[in-house]
Amino acid sequence: MAMLHIVNKSPFERVAFDSCLAHASAGDSILMIEDAVVGAVDGSSFSGKVKAAMSDKTVYVLGADLAARGLEGKAMDGIVSVDYAGFVDLTANNDTTQSWL
Amino acid sequence: MKYTIMVNEGPYQHQSADTALQFTRAALEKGHEIFRVFFYHDGVNNGTRLSVPPADDRLIQKSWSELAEKHGLDLVICIAAAQRRGLMDADEAKRQGLDANNIAPGFRISGLGQLVEGGIQSDRLVVFGD
Repeated sequence: MAMLHIVNKSPFERVAFDSCLAHASAGDSILMIEDAVVGAVDGSSFSGKVKAAMSDKTVYVLGADLAARGLEGKAMDGIVSVDYAGFVDLTANNDTTQSWL
Repeated sequence: MKYTIMVNEGPYQHQSADTALQFTRAALEKGHEIFRVFFYHDGVNNGTRLSVPPADDRLIQKSWSELAEKHGLDLVICIAAAQRRGLMDADEAKRQGLDANNIAPGFRISGLGQLVEGGIQSDRLVVFGD
């Protein structure tokens, strides 16, 4: 049962992203949207946790939200950028979704 | 695939109402069915027809109404959340002895059971909020 974890808050504002990483299982997918996209940028105090998650989970970012914050092209290697159609595909291809509000 | 969308955040509050709209549009474009969109908490404010944003801003509430008309969407507002926030249809306004209603076209007011049913009847329940 693969789960899609949707995170929409910056890891520097709330602990939701941390909670997500603590609960997500191997083989799950994690999608950063809205303010959570700052978690995709390399070199922050949080980027190590995202890199560690990528060892057994796939990490995605909503490209439009990254671009809206001036961070286009600044996502860490290995993070997959998706559009809204790709977002829909992720919800369809995983068995369940969890929004970490 | 059949979806129910839950919206827990008001329009122009942060970004979740916009994201929910974009997601719903993208799901419809991909040929998925939207069984229901359920508005809860401050999300009920997506259903007022009296919002007048600046001319160069996006029209979130109107976009929901237009999407509902185009695709026959079932837009459901939680009654308890709506009454707290002054979101009324004609029947509720009359029942409460109020002088006006403000519900936008395509929306209807009902209870939490509609969310439970949406979760049971749909393949996916996707939640947007703050």
